[in-house]
Parts: sequence; structure tokens; C-alpha cells
Amino acid sequence: MKFAIQVNEGPYNHEASVSALNFVRAAVDAGHEIFRVFFYHDGVNNGTRYTTPPQDDINIVKAWSELAEKHNMDLVVCVAAAQRRGIVDEGEQERNGKDGNNIAPGFRISGLGQLVEAGIQSDRLVVFGD
Amino acid sequence: MSDIKKFMYVNRTAPYGTIYAWESLEVVLIGAAFEQDVSVAFVDDGVFQLAKGQNTTELGIKNFSPTYAALGDYDVNKIYVEKESLEARGLTIDDLMDLKYEDEDDDWAEKDSIHVVTAAELADILEQQEVVFSF
Amino acid sequence: MSTLHTVNKSPFDRSSLETCLRLAGKGNAVLLLEDGVYGAMKGSNASGMVEKAMSDVSIYVLGADMKARGVDESKIIDGIKVIDYKGFVDLTVENDKVNAWL
Repeated sequence: MKFAIQVNEGPYNHEASVSALNFVRAAVDAGHEIFRVFFYHDGVNNGTRYTTPPQDDINIVKAWSELAEKHNMDLVVCVAAAQRRGIVDEGEQERNGKDGNNIAPGFRISGLGQLVEAGIQSDRLVVFGD
Repeated sequence: MSDIKKFMYVNRTAPYGTIYAWESLEVVLIGAAFEQDVSVAFVDDGVFQLAKGQNTTELGIKNFSPTYAALGDYDVNKIYVEKESLEARGLTIDDLMDLKYEDEDDDWAEKDSIHVVTAAELADILEQQEVVFSF
Repeated sequence: MSTLHTVNKSPFDRSSLETCLRLAGKGNAVLLLEDGVYGAMKGSNASGMVEKAMSDVSIYVLGADMKARGVDESKIIDGIKVIDYKGFVDLTVENDKVNAWL
């Protein structure tokens, strides 16, 4: 099966991102395909490379980046939600005149159409949120 | 032309206390361009999103409620409001915005987009859907 | 068509479980995860609502979230099946779609 995953909340504040991570890993282990993971609302905060979680706890952002690299997984951060919350890649930095960017490896910023497309192209949409 | 899927957007939160109401509306609007078979449901506190007379001036934030009136122009006209959710909150359809659309299959006659449905009816509608978005 | 409903909030905190059970179709599946696992406990103010629903829907609970919260299997309503993440994935495949009650 092809899965689309929607993550509505940021790392640590809500369990959503960890639940999504665990689901995605289990789906991949079972031989399924993850079409896209779309980060919306505060979920965009999973896409910053500037978190420094305590050493003895899960590094959520790194876990997503590693999944992206290992399985060539498409992790998309919604541009409108990212602009509101300050998640910036080089393109957004230039377009909006920011003095830096913070997007984590493996994530890309794109439009809401990517979520809708994922709903159309996948067999199952699973939403994790508050 | 790819298959048309039955898309359902479920709204269960009040407006302004959290951003989910507005950001979910943004998905519905962008999603309209993909020409799927779209329904939108308002349940629990989600019914408050359609309340008439929203005025955010004193709060100093954007009043996005006028955007609901545009849904008809985006071919989003299957708007379901759960009767039990309205009643639990002491509301009737008269407390809600009057959302309309023009039916191109009926000589562009203006019709109501909002359908107040019972829980049992909404359960049947939900059962027919293929993709459900939650916010 | 059968739906897998997911409920991730405690029934003592949110109305999500109550609304889910009100709107779930006969024969559907409901998975309690995250704080939603508290809805699986016996002898609570929510137990009656859950037990009643079990004549219409199958209820599952995510073991990893129960263990995290110290909710022992002996404390949950009879007939609720404890599953792992693999089981969660299987449920999404066996049902036609997922409806998340947040």
C-alpha cells in the first residue's frame, strides 16, 4: 500500500510526531511505501535543524531526517504554515528577505497542493495531531 | 484524468482559540483546484466556525469567516453540520452564516450549501468517503 | 466500506472518543492510541460508553502507549484487543480508510 501521512503538531509538545515516526517505521518494515509525509500547522516545527534535545531522549528531527535519507522519503513542510512559524529554506530566505534559514536535512518546503495530491495518489491517508 | 475520490474535511474545533479552523479552510480552498468530490463536516465545537456575526476588530486578528461564503464559488457545496452538535450548544441553523452556491445543473439556481444532518445521517455520509482529513 | 477510527485523547479530557463512537459506522474499527488508551480502562466514567459501543465496533488499543502510561492489560475492558504498531499498520490496510478523531 501507498501511505500519505499528515503530521499536525511539532516535536515534543505533542506525541503526534513520535506516533507518526513509529507508524512510518512499522509501515516500511511491513513492505509498504510512504508516498509523502506532510507537516502542517505546528507540524512544520519538525523541520528545523536547530533543536538540541537532551542526549538521553529521542532526537525527533534527526529521526525524520534519517528516515528521509535511508528510504528516500518525501518530507514536505507546508509553505504557508512554515512562513507563519519561521521555518525557512534558502529559497524562502531569499524570497522573504530573511538573514538565515533553518530547514533540517531531508525536508523540503512546498504548497498545500502536495497534501491534497498525496490524498489522491495514496491508498491511505493517516493523520497524527492534537 | 485521474480518478475522482470522495474527500471529506472534518472540522471539530472552534475558531480563533486555535488555528485549525483557518488552516483547514486553506486546505479546502487549495484542494478545490484538484476537482475531487468534496464534502466538509462541522461537528462538536466545529459548528461555531460557521456562526454569524464574527468580529475580530478588538482582538486585532484577521476575521476569516467571510471566506466560508466563497466555498460555493470553489464548487464546495456539500457542507454538513451535525444536528446533535448544534443542539448541545443551544444553536439552530439560524445562528449560522447563510452559505449558498449556484447549481450549474439547475440553470445556476442559488441553493443552500449547509445541510444540517443527524449523527446517524452523518455516520452514513462518512462511511461513503474515501479520504478523510482531520485538523 | 469499513473505516478505522483513531482516538488519541483521553475521554476525561476531550469529547473525541464520545464523538467518534457516535459517528462510527457498524462494523468499523476504533484504535485508541496516545492518551486515548485511557478510554480502554475498566471501571471508569467512560467504561459504560465504551462497553456499549463494542456491540457495534471492534476496539483496539496500542500496547506501546499503554505501557508508557503504566496501564496494565489486566486493567482494560474485556474484549478490547491490545496491538502493536505492526498491528496498527495492518488495521489501516484491512480497512478502507482512516478517520482520525483528534
